[in-house]
Amino acid sequence: MVITDSLTTFGQYCMFICRVFSIPDRWKTFFKRTLFEITKLGVDSIPLVIVISLFIGAVITIQMQLNIISPLVPSYSTGLASREIILLEFSNSILCLILAGKVGSNIASEIGTMRVTEQIDALEIMGINSANFLVLPKIIGFLIYMPVLVIFCIFTSFLGGVLISVFTDIIPLSRFIYGLQTMFSEWYVWYGLIKSLFFSFIITSVAAFYGYYVKGGALEVGKASTNAVVASSILILLLDVVLTKLLLQ
Amino acid sequence: MIEVKNITKAFGDKTILHGVNATFHTGKTNLIIGQSGSGKTVLVKSLVGLIRPEEGEILYDGRDLMKMNTSQVKELRKEIGMLFQGSALFDSETVLGNVMFPLTMFTDMSAAEIKERAQFCLERVNLKGADKKFPSEISGGMQKRVAIARAIALNPKYLFCDEPNSGLDPRTSILIDELLSDITHEYNITTIINTHDMNSVLGIGENIVFINKGYREWVGDMHQIYQTSNEALNDFVFANDLFQKVKAYVIANGHDQQPN
Repeated sequence: MVITDSLTTFGQYCMFICRVFSIPDRWKTFFKRTLFEITKLGVDSIPLVIVISLFIGAVITIQMQLNIISPLVPSYSTGLASREIILLEFSNSILCLILAGKVGSNIASEIGTMRVTEQIDALEIMGINSANFLVLPKIIGFLIYMPVLVIFCIFTSFLGGVLISVFTDIIPLSRFIYGLQTMFSEWYVWYGLIKSLFFSFIITSVAAFYGYYVKGGALEVGKASTNAVVASSILILLLDVVLTKLLLQ
Repeated sequence: MIEVKNITKAFGDKTILHGVNATFHTGKTNLIIGQSGSGKTVLVKSLVGLIRPEEGEILYDGRDLMKMNTSQVKELRKEIGMLFQGSALFDSETVLGNVMFPLTMFTDMSAAEIKERAQFCLERVNLKGADKKFPSEISGGMQKRVAIARAIALNPKYLFCDEPNSGLDPRTSILIDELLSDITHEYNITTIINTHDMNSVLGIGENIVFINKGYREWVGDMHQIYQTSNEALNDFVFANDLFQKVKAYVIANGHDQQPN
């Protein structure tokens, strides 16, 4: 029963994605809406990304320093290990899990409310492909802006570590900076950016799917929003394993 | 004119519409009435293509909706305006933005022409001066009028209204009814109104289709409805004392002598 339901939902999701990825009725309107979504989903997420990255970057630095105190480990290891954690996992996977909460619930509740208030039916009656009109600008907009958020996250996290070095005496700033620069692999940045693109697609499309097929009223919109965040978080974690295996091995 | 021939629709084992036949005339206010659960909303949704019936024909001036492909349905829908029960205005757009929306999507008019046309439609529904307000800032009656303005912006040939008076006070309901009736005659639209409101039935019902338990039980107009011998229709329309008194008065004094 669970397998059948899952397959049915997956089939419905695939059909939904086919409807989303069709040619827009009006390109001018599409570009206008995409710019709007970049602002709403991307630019408006910057304050959250900055706050979280700054604090997590600081915490990672402190924990690294406290856990690798050994005469056998070079002092720059704190910077090096912090950098690897931030580049490989925090700036993409963890960031996207956090954004799944903010952006995912925003999309699911917005589209869900449009469904229960018949605004989607109104679009359909006008002869507009509502899935394409509402969802494609969100997917494309977030996809375009995601690398910017990842880069912001990386630099702000490093800044968090730097601030710890400056304002505490747990690690000298020069050693931390040296650690950040030592044995740097450029591929890790690309790896994080590639992963984040996949994750941003999951966040927007899954949330839109749950919102689009809401039936009922306000209670169901809330449930859809929660389900969207849960489903996209699980999918992000699953895809994280697959992409890591494919890209790093 | 819209003709419905032998429409049957079932959800699972439950048949909602049983071979319904009806004709909705151009330039007239056509009303679909019936109790809750009688199948009238399914009929309206079938008419606009939101639900696909198992059998039957839906002819828009001879063009069968059931035989149309996706692009043909899309083209047909540009000739349709719809007023939803909850107005279905776009929250993120202003009143003017809502009315301009279909014009922006489906015409090659310039920005100035679109604005002019939208303002004309708003004036037609007596909503001058509310252009810059958002749907959440105006009353339910005003929202309905904005929805009517949006529905007529593209000069539709067919106008569908789902419970246009729900949630409105009696005075506003009458204003909305009068507006729909005026627009229907002025632009020669085929207007189909799904309603529970007996004031609408007796006030603007030029062609009334009564649906009961999924069957079309009666067809007539607001004058003929007083004379009907159909028990289910009598129970539905003249359910309360006031309407029974109105009926008795009209039968005794004629249609032109309705009590105030």
